[in-house]
This record gives sequence, structure tokens and C-alpha cells, in this order.
Amino acid sequence: MKTILRLTICIFFLGISNMNCQSKMVPIKGGSYIPLYGRDSARVTIQDFLMDVYPVTNEDFLQFVKENPKWRKSKVIKLFADKSYLINWKNDTEIGEKVNLKSPVTNVSWFAAKCYCEKQGKRLPTVDEWEYVGMANQKLSDARTLKTYNEYILGWYEKPRTFNNVIGSTFKNYWGVYDMHGLVWEWTSDFNSVLVSGESRKDVDNDSNLFCGSAAVGSTDLMNYAAFMRYATRGSLKAKYTMRNLGFRCVKDKNIAQ
Amino acid sequence: MKVVKYITILLFSITLLSSCKKEKNNTSLAIVYECPMLCEGGKTYTEEGSCPVCKMDLTQKDKKEAKELALATDISESSIFNLASEWKTEENKTIHLEDLRGKTLVMVMIYTTCKAACPRLVADMRNIEAKIPKAYNEDLQYVLISIDPKNDTPERLKAFAKENFMDDEHWTFLQGTEESVREFANVLAVKYKQISPLDFSHSNIISVFNPEGELVHQQEGLGVDNKETIASILETVKN
Repeated sequence: MKTILRLTICIFFLGISNMNCQSKMVPIKGGSYIPLYGRDSARVTIQDFLMDVYPVTNEDFLQFVKENPKWRKSKVIKLFADKSYLINWKNDTEIGEKVNLKSPVTNVSWFAAKCYCEKQGKRLPTVDEWEYVGMANQKLSDARTLKTYNEYILGWYEKPRTFNNVIGSTFKNYWGVYDMHGLVWEWTSDFNSVLVSGESRKDVDNDSNLFCGSAAVGSTDLMNYAAFMRYATRGSLKAKYTMRNLGFRCVKDKNIAQ
Repeated sequence: MKVVKYITILLFSITLLSSCKKEKNNTSLAIVYECPMLCEGGKTYTEEGSCPVCKMDLTQKDKKEAKELALATDISESSIFNLASEWKTEENKTIHLEDLRGKTLVMVMIYTTCKAACPRLVADMRNIEAKIPKAYNEDLQYVLISIDPKNDTPERLKAFAKENFMDDEHWTFLQGTEESVREFANVLAVKYKQISPLDFSHSNIISVFNPEGELVHQQEGLGVDNKETIASILETVKN
């Protein structure tokens, strides 16, 4: 009896120390799925990985800039972030009264997000990984065919200023991950792999000159308008851009998790 | 006996708890102090105090930060030389982008197994080179970066350079890592996606950088009129 008691105490302390060190992650079981954009409806295989349960918060990012001065608002260089980087923060090390510590951090560039994850021993998810987790609803790992699933996401697109809400305020999905939809858009490591013809940078109907092999990359499910919006947005982004409704979360490969 | 056990467990838990904090504290260890008058040359102290020669208070000197500051004033904020990634040239030499500093850079992203657009993109590069007076070659570097670092080894790149008569000093081919290539593409705003083991979709963009690594011009598309590109190259070289 006593051994069990001691063991529980030990595990309890271990749990606390882990929570202090890193944000909570859950395992995502790999599999294959057909993404909205792919080559000839090819299935994409996803390896097992771990994903942050919540998007990175202002509080997390504040700690990061305190420890890494080169990512502070006044120090960050033009190559890595545009002028609106952390624009809603009061100064280098204070976020200001109107900003909630528990809200997802936004107005961060891809470079900053990438560096944040690397400092935690993690990385940004790929587009495929993000979409794989993002297609789940509360009960199903792939809810894309459900009308309610698409309506929920599109309903969010119409709601203003959801980036001011706190993390965990939307649903917990099949994998135990919160806020994939309904709070903020999120950076992905290879967002620049999205080739949508007529992307905002050069808005022409059929730009076969600009993209080699562009005909091979097309939409598999035009009904999935919500996902189309995400791909279109990624296609219009540049790595130094920062947006009020664009945050991020990190992932980690399974094998180096322990 | 039991008490000993409890104490061990407690100690164990405490070490676990404090392990996080330790990491954070490490960063502050880098702070050193030195005399503001530098009486003893560059001699530094790890604790506060006064200089034994002039008796002035020692001032804090954050070595790391000082170094970073010096670099920042050296390279402009929008320069690609801020990227710290390592690259391999077609001669199997390891370089940083900063090593290309001082020359006007004409850069393009390609892969050598490409059958569709890349040969035309390479041809565009050669057309540009042909229109620039040879006298400027010394102040210029044409850089071709592979978006397929797995297959495009320095040997492959070297062979490709020879095949295409691009083996002179002013041509450079670079192999990075998947990470560094992705990052560099982001700086150039080049988009690409692997659509099969040997095929990539990618945007066809030729970029011109001035000797300080700042982007001055981008030409988009294949076989487009390169007048503006050439004008911008000439302008940056002459400056």
C-alpha cells in the first residue's frame, strides 16, 4: 500500500515538472488521406507524431522573447518579420492590457514561429500533418463529408475577432487537440508548397508560365470550401508576413519524443 | 529506514522540479564585467567590483549581445546574409551565404532532374549572363540553388554545370538541406512542392541581390523579357 502511495507522489511530481517545462502534447496516429490539393488524388501518408494540444499563447511567446532577445518587437530584423510583428503588444517584454496572456499569439512571422518550435525541440507541422489533424471533429478522425463540420468552420470565418478568445474555447477534437478551427489560422512549415493558380501574388487565370507542372496540382474536393480558403491563404503568404488572425502550434516526431 | 526512503523520494522530486529552472539560469552565466577604461586590456571579471588599477566600478559586458550588435550593424536587416545556414557548392566546399558578400547575386532555384521548366529557366539565366559585359563577371555571381538537396549532390551539380557550360568562376551551384532550402525559398518567395520522387512543382523566379544581399529585382515567369533584370544588375554592379 505504502509503495503505491510513494509511487503516486513521485509520478505526481514528475507530472508537474513536465508541465512546467513544455506545453502539453498528444500523440497523433499516422495514416493516409487525400488532401484537398494533391497530385491526381494521390493519398498522402502521415507518420505518427505528437502535436501541441493548444496553439502557442501570448504567455508562451512572451517567455520566448524574454529568453531570445533577437525576437523582441524592437530587435527583430526586416528579413524575418514585417512591420506589424507583435503589433498589439505594448513593448518588448509586456503584452499590454487589452491582450490576454491565454490568447493565442498572433502577428508572428513564419521565421519567428519556426524558431520558437526549434527552441522547444519541436518543429512546425507540415501542411499535410495540419490538415490531417484538422479534418477531425469531436468524434471522427475524418469529418470532412459532414455538412455540420464544414458549416462550423465557415461559420467561424464569418465571426469577427476570434483571435481575442482564449485557448481551449473551441471544441476538443478526435485526437484531443483543441482550437484547430474557430480561433486562429496557423503557420505550417511548408506553407510555401501551395501552388494555387491565380494566387494573390500574380492574379491570372492560368499561369502555366510561372509554375512548372501546375496542371498536376489541383483540387480533389471543390465542395470543401473551408479547406480551400486555408490553402488560398497559405498561397498568399510570405514568410515574413504577420497577421492578426495567424498564430501557430508545434509538433514533434514520435521517435525523438522520449 | 522509512524516513530515509521518504527523504530520497522527496529529494528526487525536487531535482525534477528544479531541472527546468536550471536551464533558464544558464543563460545569465554569460554576463562578464570589465573596467570601462580597459586598464588591464581586455581582462574581464565574473563578479561585480572595481578595477584594481583605476578603481572605477566595473561595467557589465554581455559578450554575446555585443557580438550580435556588431553583426547587425554590419549586415542590413533585409539582407539574405542574415541566414546562418550552411551550403555545399558544386566544388564540395562548405559556405555560408555571407561568403558571397560583395558581389551582385543573380539567384534562381532549380533541380537538375527537371525536364519541363528548369532547362528554360537555366537558359534564361544564360541569356542574362550573355547580355552582361564580361568585364563585370568578377563582381557578379550567378547562383543556382537546388530545391532537391537529396538528389542534387555536389557531384551531380558539378556534372550539370559542365553539361550546361556553366562551370566558370562566376557560376555557383548550391546544395542545402531540406530545412535551409525551404527557408531560402521563403526569403525569395519561391513556392515549390515535391509531386513525385523526381518531380517538383515550383515557381519560376530569378532574383537579383545587391552586394549587401538586399533584394533589388525579381523576374517572374519563363522566357520573359529580361530587360529590367539586366538593367537592375548593371545598376547594382556599377554602384
